[in-house]
Amino acid sequence: MSFGLIYTIITPENKLLLEEAAKQGMKLERISDSEALLPITQAQKDAPDAILQRSSSFTRTLYTTMYYENAGSRVVNSLAAQHSCGDKAYASALLAKAGVPTPRTYVAFTPESAMKAVEKLGYPCVIKPTVGSWARMVNKLNDRDAAEAVIESREVMGSAWQQIYYLQEHIEKPGRDIRAFVVGDEVICAIYRISTEKSGWLTNTGRGGKAENCPITSELREIVLKAASITDKGIYGVDVMESKNGLVVHEINHTTEFRNSIAPTGVNIPAKMIAYLKQQAKI
Amino acid sequence: MAECPECAGNIAIKDGTEVGEIISCPDCGSKLEVRSLSQPQLQKAPQVQEDWGE
Repeated sequence: MSFGLIYTIITPENKLLLEEAAKQGMKLERISDSEALLPITQAQKDAPDAILQRSSSFTRTLYTTMYYENAGSRVVNSLAAQHSCGDKAYASALLAKAGVPTPRTYVAFTPESAMKAVEKLGYPCVIKPTVGSWARMVNKLNDRDAAEAVIESREVMGSAWQQIYYLQEHIEKPGRDIRAFVVGDEVICAIYRISTEKSGWLTNTGRGGKAENCPITSELREIVLKAASITDKGIYGVDVMESKNGLVVHEINHTTEFRNSIAPTGVNIPAKMIAYLKQQAKI
Repeated sequence: MAECPECAGNIAIKDGTEVGEIISCPDCGSKLEVRSLSQPQLQKAPQVQEDWGE
């Protein structure tokens, strides 16, 4: 069996995965997407049997996964999964279709329509880019002035992606949310991501949010597995909020980070991921 | 030792460093990508792009 790891840079997660693969005796071929030259009309004959997709770029993820799936590799996560989760609008729609509680969301393509969506949602509401992570350009719109300012800035200075206006109901949460890790059929662990002075209203650990272990209740397990089931089985970080009406899923991360979640949970997340990759090569 | 492409300072590459890893120059603080280990070579790290994430 042969294995690969697609990457843009060797992040702390990718380094942990390489170290864990070596411990498990797995030779993990490093596939740099920066150096990729994909002969997309000729399937590679000796492509790895299973590949962990860890590119930092959503766009590169789609192309490289398409190429290696065509070459017969089992890519984790699959192209279908990346399409379903990597664009927040797709994910919101699929979650709602599957009956998973998720915040009410609108997509609009002009400032005028975006403002209509804001008025329907009421204040505060949230605007996010449909692609990207780490709470980059995720803004809380507290009033009409804020909404008009953010939307006008995106219209004038933003890229085509930023002019897809993804507007979402703001969910009151108890100063924290939950990141649950799914590997195949199992919720292996979860953390609370707790807001701090540094992170403000956000909870992302990359923005200063604090990570603490979160017990996996039957309610949490059920909603997280239901959320992950909107697409192919794989490895996901499912983000959940505790609203006054119960748990609500707002995002599914298909290249989930985990560097800050190993210590608080005590779970060797990269070991579980590498073991899963091994299983996939045998299917 | 490798040379920082930004400030020409000398940077010691730690054991266990991987090609593709991002390190910081201790002199100027630049983020640098390790391009080679056999003959240590660094280049300015790529900027985070709009579609980068998890």
